[in-house]
Amino acid sequence: MDTNAVLDLMWVLICGILVFFMQAGFTLVETGFTRSKNTGNIIMKNLMDFCIGSVAFWAIGYSLMYGASIGSVIGTPSWFFDSAADMHSLFFQTVFAATAATIVSGAIAERTKFTTYLIFSLLMTLLIYPISGSWVWNAGGWLAKMGFTDFAGSSVVHSVGGWASLVAAALVGPRIGKYNTDGTSNAIPGHSLMLGALGVFILWFGWFGFNPGSQLAISGDNAFKVAAIFITTNLAGASGALAAMFLTWAVYKKPDISMTLNGVLAGLVGVTAGCAAVSPMGAFFIGLICGVAVVFSIEFIDKKLKIDDPVGAISVHGVCGALGTLLVGVFATDGGLLYGGGFEKLGVQAIGVFSIAAWAMGASFVVLFILKKTMGLRVTKEEEIDGLDIHEHGTNVYND
Amino acid sequence: MKKIEAVIRKSKFDEVKEALHKIEVNFFTYWDVTGVGNEQQGHVYRGITYSTTDIQRRYISVVVSDPFLEKTVDTILEAASTGMVGDGKIFVSDIQETYRIRTKEKGTDAIN
Repeated sequence: MDTNAVLDLMWVLICGILVFFMQAGFTLVETGFTRSKNTGNIIMKNLMDFCIGSVAFWAIGYSLMYGASIGSVIGTPSWFFDSAADMHSLFFQTVFAATAATIVSGAIAERTKFTTYLIFSLLMTLLIYPISGSWVWNAGGWLAKMGFTDFAGSSVVHSVGGWASLVAAALVGPRIGKYNTDGTSNAIPGHSLMLGALGVFILWFGWFGFNPGSQLAISGDNAFKVAAIFITTNLAGASGALAAMFLTWAVYKKPDISMTLNGVLAGLVGVTAGCAAVSPMGAFFIGLICGVAVVFSIEFIDKKLKIDDPVGAISVHGVCGALGTLLVGVFATDGGLLYGGGFEKLGVQAIGVFSIAAWAMGASFVVLFILKKTMGLRVTKEEEIDGLDIHEHGTNVYND
Repeated sequence: MKKIEAVIRKSKFDEVKEALHKIEVNFFTYWDVTGVGNEQQGHVYRGITYSTTDIQRRYISVVVSDPFLEKTVDTILEAASTGMVGDGKIFVSDIQETYRIRTKEKGTDAIN
């Protein structure tokens, strides 16, 4: 094995570790943005979706995504991956699959049955994520063949998680006390914005594995490409936060902390699709646009659609994932609308965004609808009011 | 012996503590409380504006011998005041007996 191949493999593994750490970020954001009585439940959901995802993706999910494509829509299934030359790939893709799964837990926090969540999470990494993933990241996938660009997964990972969140949060219903009888929305402040902020920093940190790692190589000229992806990624996160802060400052008179934190994530999610295809200036604008969009989207989903999403997962991952993927068609230096590429690229991006959204929402709906009719999605009113920690897990997280 | 309880602004606590020390009231207990009053605080969380009458305050409880009563109350009245709605309240009640655990002293020997 030559040195360059070793370097590439090591780069993938190191970035996989960074992406793995994003699980900690998600756990912190979700616990921080919700009430302390449900912290243990969120810890368990985030821990378990990674553990279930690791097993499910190894067992069959990876092959459904990367096996030889059948009809351009699904990989050839094979059980229990064990291929010595591609172990690094399994690891890197497993942490991505778990990221898609874990997005959902925040949107349905504080009211969802633990058992139901575990089953949904299993199906997410077993079927829902790998199938749409195979369309894009399997060389034989139909979107890949069309020239659809989603470099690190604005759509493949984030939108899939975000749209599944939308369906899940709508079906499970709002938390008790979220909406008044006249339809107005109440604020349910999270118990620790400190935890939320630390979580956002950890996610940002992890994103330096998520996007630059998706180059899947660092030897030779790849090194320059990887470095450029660091810059596009970082700029979009920064401009997303700036946009969200100044917008909330203008609208609410004060710079909103949790919205600004969401703005970071919005920019990062948005640039994930195009981080290797856009210039630093393009990344700056993608972040800016997503930072603005996330604020309006959170308000729209909360106040107009009346879907209760305590952490903003639908807006951050679903909406900004889709938007970021579309914006590749505008800002891509090769084929983007602003670079004289016309509407063709944008059209392909739109087809990808809508078909992935339709799949993620449709499949999630079928799974969750069956779960709702059989075992139920929600805890009882008493459990919800007392907190899920004491009823579902028999203990509190903060004991003194 | 009297117990003086005062609900005051957190921002006024240090001034009250210092003023009490100056009149040699050196022992008291306090804790943070939430109350409902005439004052409203405006908040914005994730785009939802809401105002709450649940206000954070500090609760002071001090037991003094009768000669200390008036100056203690006056001191708190002075030090805790801003003149705005929400300055708080003072309650005075009788104390039947006081014991100091270490020395087994009782009555006024056990307090200031």
